[in-house]
Amino acid sequence: MGVPALEFVRDLLTGRRHCETCPLAAPAIERKLILVGPPNVGKSVIFNILTGSYVVVSNYPGTTVEVARGRARIGDVLLQVLDSPGAYSLAPSSEDERVARDLLVEERPDLVLHVVDAKNLPRMLPLTFQLIEAELPVALDLNIIDEAARAGLSLDPEQLADDLGIPVIATAAATGVGMDRMRALLSDPPSQPTSFQVDYPPPIESAVQRIVLLLREHSDVATKAVAFLLLQRDDGTWQRVSRLAPEAVAGIERIVAETEDHYNPPLSFPIALARQRAADRLAGRALSARPRSVPQGVGERLGRLAMHPLAGIPILVAVAYFGLYLLVGRLAAGVVVDFLDQRLFEGYINPWCSAFVERILPWPTWVSLFVGEYGLITLGLRYAVAIVLPLVGAFFLLFALLEDSGYLPRLALLLDRLFKQIGLSGRAVIPIILGFGCDTMATLVTRVLESRRERLIATFLLALAIPCSAQLGVILGLLSSHPAGLMIWGGVMVAVFLISGFLASRLLPGETSRFYLEIPPMRWPSLRNVGAKTFARLRWYAAEVIPVFLLASVVIWIGQLAHLFQLAVAAIRPAVHIVGLPDAAGEAFLFGFLRRDYGAARVFDVHSAGAISGVPLVVAMVTITLFVPCIAQFLVMVRERGVRTALAVAAIVLAFAFSVGYFLNLVLITLQVQI
Amino acid sequence: MTEFDLSETAEEVLASLWVAEEESDEHSLSLEDLSPSESEEALRELSDAGLASGSSGRLTLTEAGRKAARSIIRRERLAERLLADVLNVGDAVVTEAACKFEHLLRKGIDDEICTLLGHPKVCPHGNPIPPGECCREGARAARTVVSALADMSPRQAGVIAYIHARRRPMLQRLLAMGAVPGAPVMLLQRFPSFVFQLGQGQVAVDRETARDIYVRITGKRPAAQPPLSFSPRARGFRFRRGRRDRS
Repeated sequence: MGVPALEFVRDLLTGRRHCETCPLAAPAIERKLILVGPPNVGKSVIFNILTGSYVVVSNYPGTTVEVARGRARIGDVLLQVLDSPGAYSLAPSSEDERVARDLLVEERPDLVLHVVDAKNLPRMLPLTFQLIEAELPVALDLNIIDEAARAGLSLDPEQLADDLGIPVIATAAATGVGMDRMRALLSDPPSQPTSFQVDYPPPIESAVQRIVLLLREHSDVATKAVAFLLLQRDDGTWQRVSRLAPEAVAGIERIVAETEDHYNPPLSFPIALARQRAADRLAGRALSARPRSVPQGVGERLGRLAMHPLAGIPILVAVAYFGLYLLVGRLAAGVVVDFLDQRLFEGYINPWCSAFVERILPWPTWVSLFVGEYGLITLGLRYAVAIVLPLVGAFFLLFALLEDSGYLPRLALLLDRLFKQIGLSGRAVIPIILGFGCDTMATLVTRVLESRRERLIATFLLALAIPCSAQLGVILGLLSSHPAGLMIWGGVMVAVFLISGFLASRLLPGETSRFYLEIPPMRWPSLRNVGAKTFARLRWYAAEVIPVFLLASVVIWIGQLAHLFQLAVAAIRPAVHIVGLPDAAGEAFLFGFLRRDYGAARVFDVHSAGAISGVPLVVAMVTITLFVPCIAQFLVMVRERGVRTALAVAAIVLAFAFSVGYFLNLVLITLQVQI
Repeated sequence: MTEFDLSETAEEVLASLWVAEEESDEHSLSLEDLSPSESEEALRELSDAGLASGSSGRLTLTEAGRKAARSIIRRERLAERLLADVLNVGDAVVTEAACKFEHLLRKGIDDEICTLLGHPKVCPHGNPIPPGECCREGARAARTVVSALADMSPRQAGVIAYIHARRRPMLQRLLAMGAVPGAPVMLLQRFPSFVFQLGQGQVAVDRETARDIYVRITGKRPAAQPPLSFSPRARGFRFRRGRRDRS
């Protein structure tokens, strides 16, 4: 769905393209740098500082699944910078770690900067060892050194550099500390390989050496790192090796089996133990103060409270109230939308454009393409700029704040037990919450989930029961004067979310994924990162979703012109009648597929015209919220899950929406509910 | 004649029979698999006790023999765990020492050892330990030496003894996050998820994963961690800020 021209402009604006095309740039030395490290250590912050371009920076493991590339210029060195997804190890245990590993193998970097959380050095060094074993040109960056200092730790980078034989620097990238040293290192990376070695138990050491010898004969990648991955029975590495000569494969298999006999499989244990011992020893030499066992402070206190089962709920309510209701609901949906829509578009842009287009285009049909009831400018652009962007933008801002503060992993652990009931793990909190902003983006983000089953359930729930912020804004606006209606709507949505999730988890074969997640400390969000993330997501939204949105205007225009719409409306009329809605609501459903919020907005128009209120209004809202995903989301579903799955999900959602609408209507009428 | 009066060799034959039956889907052992010294004396002993019966060169467990053998295996593997986790005996010696040790573990004591070790599911070699009464009752001793993370109480501290992981990706990730045997941990909370301190970081896991992480308990309620209180402190609202010390 990428639009090449838009991408080009975007790249120009963000400086990604000028280095290649600007004729004034002096010839420079080209180098490739890859940033590697676990989540929450500030890799993306460093990326942003170096390249000056924007990328989604994440405080949650796995959100940077897509690799960010940028360019930086340091002196006369032109750096191509790649930001890899968070990885703890070269033996991948998830999709993001696999991406990080493949990047290191395939990109042939001139320098790999291993970024670590300084205060957790002993837990971080094993990956440094693996990078050295992979014979990569590696340097170590002890980042967030300020947090380490506050925890009572003092680190000696030079001692570590001596022991490891690689460059080691200490930085606090968020505040800019140590960035000069980093730039100096990047412009002049050392080329000497290190002789550092981890002491492994003799059986493993000998197995590794024998495997390396075998590999050297048969393959061009013969590093210790590959040997270790083979010993740990890493699937990807074995697949690669299975293409070698049969005698090599058999030989390696024999060595691995022999070594496994020595230990109790898996060999990951003794290997991890040996690395950890070496890490502890080196960290002990580099550390000159003993840490306090548990960090103190108000941030830590709040962090603990946010995980507490009792205190966590009021905090969640407070976040929802201040964030969703005040920031997104009142400020964005109220003040900003009012201003842009009522004042700017209704007051100036629409009349001015209408007058202008009517003067230059003599044909009424063509005029209606741009400025008519469904015109590109008066409807398409107005909706996009004045209604959807403020809502989505405010939501993305909120999301970035939550992400950067370290709140989301805490929410994940709070909700894990509940989510287990609907076949998801706490990890799925990320895509589900993001879905309240934009279901299309959230469907993409289901990639961070571990199993196919979990990704499928999350995709289904996003398509069915999670209203996006554009839709939410319209619904809240419409039902705010009917508190009872709003309660019923909310209750039904929560019930549908839980019940359909519960059913899906029972019907789909497979086990629920385990939940294990590192909980980062609560940090004061850095405005730079929050701004960068919000902007990056909005830019994605503008490039991926808005074009579809404008296209929808054209489709509607053609549909109107060719009277196709009336046909389609007539076709779904029976379904609309089943849920007890008037004819006029049929159009709303059709629009709902083109844009989720269009549907709700059409109901709003129908409501304004007095054709619908009370029970039918609530039923219409519930049905249209559940109703099929918008075109953009559907396309992403096809891309991520395949055509058949996407069609099946859409069909189930459609049936579900009208069934729930039907029964809700029946219940409300039987109970004679007054709204 | 009770099973405890059996000779060491007879017990070993029983154990091999049980392993053949339970863990390799064979239901008997060929007499040729046994060493000559074993076969003579021990076979007579076993058949006299009604624990095994031999026919056409193959040896099969009787119902009573199966029960006795299961108990032997359980004691043997618990002994291995005890030696490996508590006494820190090196890997090479564990199996041999455990065999001797097993003979000393009388019935009844094995449940106490099992409770002490937090009802381990597998021996250090990854073979399953047949569960006893104590496992089904989920018995908890006044003081356990090794305990699953899921059975620890908040602010109890220890070092990771071992991780019993059937899923490789999970094991890889936990090891890579630094949750390796020997790493000091402290449980911070149990509900709604288990959260433990690991080095300078915190890790959250669900109940199922917490059941697979076994910890050698070293202390309880260290003074470093103040109780979690809801009372606002006079210090005021101070985050650990993202932007801090200017250099």
